Amino acid sequence: MQKLREKYHYPRILLRELVKTDFKLRYQGSTLGYLWSLLRPLFMFTILYLVFVKFLKINNKVEHPAVYLLLGIVLWNYFVEVTTGSITAIVGKGDLMRKINFPKYVIILAGSASALINLGLNFIVIAIFMFINHVDLTVYALLIIPLVLQLFILSLGVAFWLSALFVKLRDVIYIWDVVTQAGFYLTPVLYLITLLPDRLARLSVLNPMAQIIQDARYGLVTKQSATMASYWENALVWLIPILLCLIIFATGALYFRSQSKKFAEEV
Amino acid sequence: MSEKQPDKQIAIRVDHVSKNFVLPHERVTSVKSAFVKLFKKKDKSKEVQHALRDINFEVQEGEFFGIVGRNGSGKSTLLKILANIYLPTKGKIYTRGKLVPFIELGVGFNPELTGRENVYLNGALLGFNTKEIDAIYDEIVSFAELEDFMDQKLKNYSSGMQVRLAFSMATRSEADILLIDEVLAVGDAEFQRKCFNYFHELKRKKKTVIFVSHDMNAVREYCDRAILIESSRAQQMGTADAIAQLYTRLFIESTNKDDDAAKNPDLRWGTKEVSYTSIAVTPRVLSDEEYLQIKLVATAAKDIEGAVFGVRVRNAAGLGLLGTNSKLLKRPVPPLKAGETIKLEWRVPNVFKDGKYSVDPAITLQDGEICDWWDDAATFTTKKNDHIPYVIAPDIEMTITIANQS
Repeated sequence: MQKLREKYHYPRILLRELVKTDFKLRYQGSTLGYLWSLLRPLFMFTILYLVFVKFLKINNKVEHPAVYLLLGIVLWNYFVEVTTGSITAIVGKGDLMRKINFPKYVIILAGSASALINLGLNFIVIAIFMFINHVDLTVYALLIIPLVLQLFILSLGVAFWLSALFVKLRDVIYIWDVVTQAGFYLTPVLYLITLLPDRLARLSVLNPMAQIIQDARYGLVTKQSATMASYWENALVWLIPILLCLIIFATGALYFRSQSKKFAEEV
Repeated sequence: MSEKQPDKQIAIRVDHVSKNFVLPHERVTSVKSAFVKLFKKKDKSKEVQHALRDINFEVQEGEFFGIVGRNGSGKSTLLKILANIYLPTKGKIYTRGKLVPFIELGVGFNPELTGRENVYLNGALLGFNTKEIDAIYDEIVSFAELEDFMDQKLKNYSSGMQVRLAFSMATRSEADILLIDEVLAVGDAEFQRKCFNYFHELKRKKKTVIFVSHDMNAVREYCDRAILIESSRAQQMGTADAIAQLYTRLFIESTNKDDDAAKNPDLRWGTKEVSYTSIAVTPRVLSDEEYLQIKLVATAAKDIEGAVFGVRVRNAAGLGLLGTNSKLLKRPVPPLKAGETIKLEWRVPNVFKDGKYSVDPAITLQDGEICDWWDDAATFTTKKNDHIPYVIAPDIEMTITIANQS
């Protein structure tokens, strides 16, 4: 235990400082400062609410369509923020890496942690919307904790892959841009999964992002949210997206570790 | 005293370390080139650069150890391998104790953060947590003499202030082994004095220090031992004095070869009414009690009266050490007819310390018009037995008498 503490002493203080720095720099120079981290999602949600719920009426077949939509968007945005942000993270720290040796994964972890703080702030705004819309909280709301953990691990795994690949292959940034665009429409964020033909929907829920979003909606917003259980009777299938997350994380972490020793020379 | 003195501990062991860098001629940084490459049978586009070959040495605990070598010799690569920034291609490095590298001062400094915030950020990179910085914060600030500026953004600091803050941080780092890369090269005289004091303090505290430098004065002053890296190999290891001397010799030999290339037309100008046609400076390598002889030949292009012939000697830093001319020496110069040649000769006592010097002859007229000004016309070097850390090293006599009190 003591040994473990010692081993992670340096990464811990580094992580803390990097996250703090990131947060300080983000809203620097603006008059409202940190308030923006609440105001920004609030304004964005209002716009989305007006466009998709009041005007386009895309998914008003479910209960609390506004919160249903917002929750999906918040979770998707977290994924995009972590993964896209990570791509240039290692290369961007090239100068630092040539001056001092430090555990490189801390850079990626710090990006994830900053995004997690943002996610937390977004959840405050969601809570406000839930209150306005009279959404009832049940014990199922606790599901959000393991789900966020799953999302954290998935995003971190992808971030490890992308940041390490980008050192060797600069096209990654454009490829990932296209992938996230496609992913946004392949994942039931804006539309209801139940609108898909059954066969497609059965495939769609195997996508970890779709599973996380649908489960989170089920836990926090409405039992009408279609989840794994709605499409697959065999409970073993339910493990597929979770396994996918773990595989992506494990391979990503291993690949990153094998490459990280050479980052200082290659960036 | 019958207690056995324990053997000194090894702080660093460098064991057969080699480092190669692969320099691809055509780097695969896009999917297209990766794709094209798949179809090429053999990858000939790689070139291996041997930055270090089979380096071996040990540094004892408490030793001040110098790494010297010219630019591109591989000494910085060695330092980065010691700092665990690069991995050695072959061989191993062992270190004992906490190692802090100062390859640059103020790593991670962010111009958008305040001085205070940067102290915490840089501190974290050096391994301090918030509490530990809190404890030494006031010390850092007062040592840097920046009490009134800590809440200003770093971008509003002058470069001198930034260096002071960074250096102040560096001196607080509690390391067992310090790696220092020519930090001395920056800053004004006052800052250099602080650096010297800090180095003396490190020596007093018996810290293990690896010091990479070009500055042989500093190497002589601080290092116990040193290693000379030349063309990726360890050429010699020994006392600081011996290595500094060897380095100076190596440096002199290679720069003398370039002399002829230095006859750059940009360094010579004037009306050429009278101009030098040849210069001879002997000897090329001046040792202790020799005189420097400068012989010049000049030819007049037209009838000239009142020409002044002069010469100046500058050191490698470009500082004019001495100069003289026919007017100062009250040597009358006869009027010259067109086509006439005149020979001039100077004898200069060897007041020079170790190093390389350039000789700049000139011809002016009484009214100040420049006929021929020739910078770096010739060079010479001086080798002296004793090393003197001042600008010049003339013979100085000293007598000591004890005056008995009656």
